[in-house]
Amino acid sequence: MQAFEYASPKTLKEALALLGSGWNDAAVLAGGTDLLSLMKDGVVAPKRVVNIKEIAELKGITKTATGVRIGAAVTVDELLSNAIVRASLPALTQAAHGITSPQIRNMGTVGGDLCQRPRCWYFRAGFGLLPKHEGTDLVTEGDNRYHAIFGDGAAKFVSASSFGPALVALGAKVKLASAGGTREVDAAKFFVAPSNNDAREVALLPNEILTEILVPVKAGEKSATYEVRQKDAMDWPLAAAAVTLTMKGSTVASANIVLGHVGPTPYWAEKASSMLAGKAITEETAEAAGKAAVEGAKPLSHNTYKVQLASVAVKRALLAAAGVKS
Amino acid sequence: MPNYSWPPMASRKVMGQRLSRTDGIEKASGRAKYNSDLNKPGMLHAVLLTSPYAHAKVKSIDTSAAEKHTGVAAVRVIAPAGTEIQWAGWEVAVVAANTELAARDAVKKIKIEYDMLPHVVVENDLKKVKTRAKPAGEQLEGDPDQAFKEADVTLEGNYGIPTLTHCCLEPHGQVIGWGADGKVEFNPSTQSVTSIRGDLARLLNIPATDIHVHQDHIGGGFGSKFQPDRWGIEAAQLSKAAGGKPVKLFLDRATELMIAGCRPSGFLNVKLGAKKDGTLTAWQSESWASGGIGGGGSPPIPYVFTKVPNRRQNHTAVSLNTAPIRAWRAPNHQQASYLTCAPLEDLAAKLKMDPLELFLKNANLTQREDTYVRQLKKAAELSDWKKLWHPRGDSGKGPIKRGLGIGVNTWGGAGHDSTARTTIHPDGTVEVELGSQDLGTGTRTIIAQVAAETLGLRVPDIRVKIGDTNYPPSGTSGGSTTVGGVTSSTRKATVNALDKLLAEVAGGLGAPADQLEAVDGKIQVKGNAAKSLTWKAACQKLGVKTVSETGSNVPREAAKEGLNTGGVGGVQIADVSVDVETGVVKMNKLVAVQDIGLVVNPKTAESQVFGACIMSICGALMEERIMDELTGRMLNADMEFYKLAGIKDIGEIVVHFEIDELNDKRGVIGLGEPPAIGGIAAISNAVANAIGTRVPTVPMTPMNVLDTLSGRKS
Repeated sequence: MQAFEYASPKTLKEALALLGSGWNDAAVLAGGTDLLSLMKDGVVAPKRVVNIKEIAELKGITKTATGVRIGAAVTVDELLSNAIVRASLPALTQAAHGITSPQIRNMGTVGGDLCQRPRCWYFRAGFGLLPKHEGTDLVTEGDNRYHAIFGDGAAKFVSASSFGPALVALGAKVKLASAGGTREVDAAKFFVAPSNNDAREVALLPNEILTEILVPVKAGEKSATYEVRQKDAMDWPLAAAAVTLTMKGSTVASANIVLGHVGPTPYWAEKASSMLAGKAITEETAEAAGKAAVEGAKPLSHNTYKVQLASVAVKRALLAAAGVKS
Repeated sequence: MPNYSWPPMASRKVMGQRLSRTDGIEKASGRAKYNSDLNKPGMLHAVLLTSPYAHAKVKSIDTSAAEKHTGVAAVRVIAPAGTEIQWAGWEVAVVAANTELAARDAVKKIKIEYDMLPHVVVENDLKKVKTRAKPAGEQLEGDPDQAFKEADVTLEGNYGIPTLTHCCLEPHGQVIGWGADGKVEFNPSTQSVTSIRGDLARLLNIPATDIHVHQDHIGGGFGSKFQPDRWGIEAAQLSKAAGGKPVKLFLDRATELMIAGCRPSGFLNVKLGAKKDGTLTAWQSESWASGGIGGGGSPPIPYVFTKVPNRRQNHTAVSLNTAPIRAWRAPNHQQASYLTCAPLEDLAAKLKMDPLELFLKNANLTQREDTYVRQLKKAAELSDWKKLWHPRGDSGKGPIKRGLGIGVNTWGGAGHDSTARTTIHPDGTVEVELGSQDLGTGTRTIIAQVAAETLGLRVPDIRVKIGDTNYPPSGTSGGSTTVGGVTSSTRKATVNALDKLLAEVAGGLGAPADQLEAVDGKIQVKGNAAKSLTWKAACQKLGVKTVSETGSNVPREAAKEGLNTGGVGGVQIADVSVDVETGVVKMNKLVAVQDIGLVVNPKTAESQVFGACIMSICGALMEERIMDELTGRMLNADMEFYKLAGIKDIGEIVVHFEIDELNDKRGVIGLGEPPAIGGIAAISNAVANAIGTRVPTVPMTPMNVLDTLSGRKS
């Protein structure tokens, strides 16, 4: 790990002043569950580390006129034990339950989950986001069992965020602050597929801090997240789906289906979402939506199995959201 | 000649009791100090620089910038220009500095140029490894061609079991100081306190008596921690170069997984011939395996069913640019058990026969028919086999399919060379000293039980001192030899010490020494509690003397004395549920029926079996070293993608020992390895029973299971 300067500001304003214009100038430290391992492995080497855990403005979960505001520095455990979130946003609490390490739930933050770097083993070994070795594309030619089945670009890693799919499905926004002001970005646009090794996989700029997540709560909207993980103990999902359902009587008025861990960003399954309108959620319609959700998937040499996992995750998330026992 | 034999089973008071480990609280509370916890005054921290390339020649190496780095005390080149690197992770240079950070930063300043050479790191397809294949030649027994002609049924199948890496919680390494006086203070993480001293002495070319080894606890070894290793030698040399300051060098997790030991792979194309009733008549196999650059790994197949009459076997060792193998809890046996029991279960399926019947039918092809018949029946009972087993493929509704499967094991486990010294002090204190080690299995506890039993005392009355070369030499903890060795030596030393004590107090009790006994905290005339002295009072008769006697287990003679023997069988039955939509396999239950002779402590013994079963679950479902053909590197040298079971992944584990007079008479037999053997086969067979088809390679990850169900090649 390269030696670095450490700052622990008490206000957002102070923190923003400590950031730079490049990623190597400063890194934001919240729970540190990802940043520290990246630094130890030499994947990133910031000159300054800015701790944001002391900043009160980044904490707390509050009700707003349209939904819930979650401070970026709220820990996963705080989110899980929050009554408002538990009552109104099951897709988020279920995603939080999927983070099966108590240590990560206690230390890791919601903002950190959104900003964590890909788990791609070539990236973590220092080959970059779009890893190449002697001119060969490492992901497409190498071991890609955990990689993307969606995405047309060069990026073949999968977004590691546990909350991303649910936030996209729920229509959440994230607030990004810089010394020059703040901007709100749709969760769906926060995740981006980089086209070169210097780009990032989120819309955050080096001089910005993710400050809060604004999740709309719509009366009667149902939601669920289903993750396929091999282990019950700490493990990364192999595929996941987050869904929201607005019902009209016993049929679906509108649905949102977003897949996770299948592409460099959460993947909105547009056709599967729209085809459910007017239908009841049953084993059959859920399965059909699952199949539609993975249409157009382009698995790599080793990960065809993930297509089925994503499809099953959609089916099970829909059944869970609708309260149908399979 | 004193009578060393074990007291009769029925009269034992301390041995055979379910006692918790004497160091359990110390460990659970975090007070136990492992050598990787040591932080000695003035200690330097050393960090290795390893090769990122699997096959290359070192062209040049320049350490000058590292030497000038602030805090650096010594730098050593391990692989000078001209060295041919044979695997990624090969040690190239090492730096000692006053902080770990400084050492890590300095290592990055070492400049190396490599000439790249072609590498081969994957062996699942034998055709692709070309010149790296080294056939061992054909083994022929009987007339397999004729036997296949006469067979009612034949079965052909392909199976594979991958390389696993040792993943000890405490990584390999040591703190070592080599002072100006020539004396070496060595605190390694080792499975062999006594022999590692001599090994290090040879490597440093100094007298063994100049080396003192001490280790209180070890955080896992599993066969990978016998030698001082390159990092031990280098740390010693760094210490010497730095004027004798102690140097701490423990591997980081990635290096630990890459180079600190692995279990060889095993692949098999096999053809079986059998009669209609399931009797095996022929075995023909082409097998291959790799244990790194030296090849290696030759599973003893057919396993347990060794007397299959007609056999043709060809084995090929494959040389890979991967780090070398080390002994892994029952070397080659896990692979052999899987590569035998999986085809046997497939044969049963082809015959539409209950595999339990097929295993029973062929028990006469094993070396211990009665044992396996008894154990198969017991394991079937404990797993509810009759009720839960069904022909291949769970026909129930829904995506969750349940299945049961069998695996078998065999092992030696006779005691190793061991000498113990028992000292009785005038105040009644008893010390037992051995240069042994407790791998976490309860060695300290069972030594105390044996000494207490012998002296008519309780476990807290005995001070067990192990883990130091100042104590009498005791063997390497490998091959499940420790329990037999240390219980026998402790018994003999303690009987000898007691005899001396009895001689001292005989006069006072008015009876000859051979008419005295030590029971219930007293020395008394045999069968006459009225003529007795309390233990303390008896010891006070020693005056200023102490009684200190040794006793040794001599492996060649141990069986004659009846204290320990070897040779066991065991059966595992797994009960699994497979989600055929996701390929996720969940353990319901793993039953282990194990034959272990005299059981000194059923609780710690059971605990050993729990660990062995958990290891099997990891091996069957999760663990594999994933090598990248393009870069030649290990892709999962971490604990995120080198997957191990957590508590919720384990299910129920049921352990059954055959504790009875008959087994007890065989003396103590080691248990560390056998129950770790058959579980992988049992789980694979259970999955086949559940989903109706064989997942031919382990681990049975969702990828492997779904690829099998869809007819894809992973």
